[in-house]
Amino acid sequence: MRSLLLSLQSEFYKSRKTLAFWAAIVLPLIICGLIAFGFLSNADKIIKMHFPSQVLWMNFSGGALGVMGMLILPFYVIFMAFSVNNIEHKNDTWKSLFAQPLNKFSIYAAKYLYAVILIFICLFLFALFTILSGYLLQALNSGFTFNGYSPVALLSKIYFKMFLSSLGILSLQFIISLIWSDFLKPMGIGFIGIIAGIIVATKGWEYAYFVPYSHPTLALSMTKSKNMDQLFSQEIYSSLIYAVILFVAGYFIVARKSIK
Amino acid sequence: MKDLIIETRGLNYYFGTQKVVDDLSLKVEKGSIYGFLGPNGAGKTTSIKILLNLLKSPADTVFLFGKEINSNRIASLKRLGALVEQPAIYAHLSGEENLYNRCMLLGINRTKAKEMLRLVGLEDAASKKAGKYSLGMKQRLGIALALLSDPELLLLDEPTNGLDPNGIIEIRNLMIELATKHQKTILVSSHLLAEIERIATHVGIINKGKLLFQGTINELHDLSKPMIELELNDIPKGQEFLTTNGYQILNSTEKKIILPFISTEECGRLNTLLIQHGFTVYSIYQIRKDLEHLFLDITKNN
Repeated sequence: MRSLLLSLQSEFYKSRKTLAFWAAIVLPLIICGLIAFGFLSNADKIIKMHFPSQVLWMNFSGGALGVMGMLILPFYVIFMAFSVNNIEHKNDTWKSLFAQPLNKFSIYAAKYLYAVILIFICLFLFALFTILSGYLLQALNSGFTFNGYSPVALLSKIYFKMFLSSLGILSLQFIISLIWSDFLKPMGIGFIGIIAGIIVATKGWEYAYFVPYSHPTLALSMTKSKNMDQLFSQEIYSSLIYAVILFVAGYFIVARKSIK
Repeated sequence: MKDLIIETRGLNYYFGTQKVVDDLSLKVEKGSIYGFLGPNGAGKTTSIKILLNLLKSPADTVFLFGKEINSNRIASLKRLGALVEQPAIYAHLSGEENLYNRCMLLGINRTKAKEMLRLVGLEDAASKKAGKYSLGMKQRLGIALALLSDPELLLLDEPTNGLDPNGIIEIRNLMIELATKHQKTILVSSHLLAEIERIATHVGIINKGKLLFQGTINELHDLSKPMIELELNDIPKGQEFLTTNGYQILNSTEKKIILPFISTEECGRLNTLLIQHGFTVYSIYQIRKDLEHLFLDITKNN
């Protein structure tokens, strides 16, 4: 346990000056900022439509959520998985990392956990900034009706679901980035995976949940329809099962990897 | 026999079907500087990786500090520091941050990092990005990282690789100081014999995975047989004369004849004999095959 915490602390220390770390903070800030700015500059038009509070919130948060499942989240996950491993590939530090007097599994688990934490932070900030910017818009222009409904519970749930749905992709991409040190393979495979995921998810293929890349899209489309209340739906289970199996498989790969 | 810090017993290691370490029995005594010599690709780095448990050794073949490595991995690693191949440095962090990161992993105080920077002479470059360091600076930072936990045993894989003469001398002095003043045991690999000859107390010579020689540096010297080099006015005639008088000639060139050295008295007798038979002796002296040649011979015959 101590090994794990030390390794995790070191992961934060190592990457605190890298893009991967800052992207978790800057990405939600920029996207939420842009949407809020769009709402503010079109305030008159939007207010004229007289949306009920809840619909207004849905419209507002949908700006980020719409592209989230299909694009932002999968790409961010792919990038995170790449970047956590690339820091060791690039500097040729796998050897020295595994020659430390620390439990091998903790070193690996800390890396994985670090990626999970960053994805969590990123999604948490998306939810937080959406809510804050909504209330900020209300404060700037009292014509909005953001104050008539609290979206906290709903948005937390959606974003938490997004988080769970991304873990399958993370584990898969984590292994790919672990095996290959270059940028193109994880990105290429990830890109094809995302496209395939979008296709199977939107075409409503019965077994779409077998494709990890489809999970965020599926999770999101479910929330729009009947399964809104259900947190642990089919694709979330599938994502978690993928995550666990591939996480364990990744350990065996990393334990062999240090051979070279 | 002193305590053995490193001991391998008939260690074999394969990459696929290729045998890269062949019946290796290393014995490294406490407080020694063990020069691990061999040409490129002889199995030095592989052996060091086995000692770090990066490559898994068969059970009961590798012992560090008297304990089997596979079952005492963490305890053993705690007591050693290593520099394998290129120094493992995060290029986007400064030299100081690289050391802080390692302090964190090892759970030791950060003040130790400053101390190490001073020791390897990187104080002025502490806040510079390690990626911008020169090769020599990187190597020194690598050594600082290896020394950070104040380990009893240091495994250094070609630590002077790519350094300029000044850097080589610095590292060499540092190693001698660590062994003599701080009683550390050092295993240092190299393909340069001259380098090892200057610092090592013990030598192991490896080629194609096999240990060809292991012993003290003096034992290695003793292996090289002394010879007499003789310069005469008439080499062909002298050669003929000596063979008829029962001398064994090892080698002769246009200017020199080389004979085995037996004793100084025998040298004098040879001189008198030659002069009495009308030869002019220009010079006669004892030579020793230098270690460089010895090394080549040892590794060639394998």
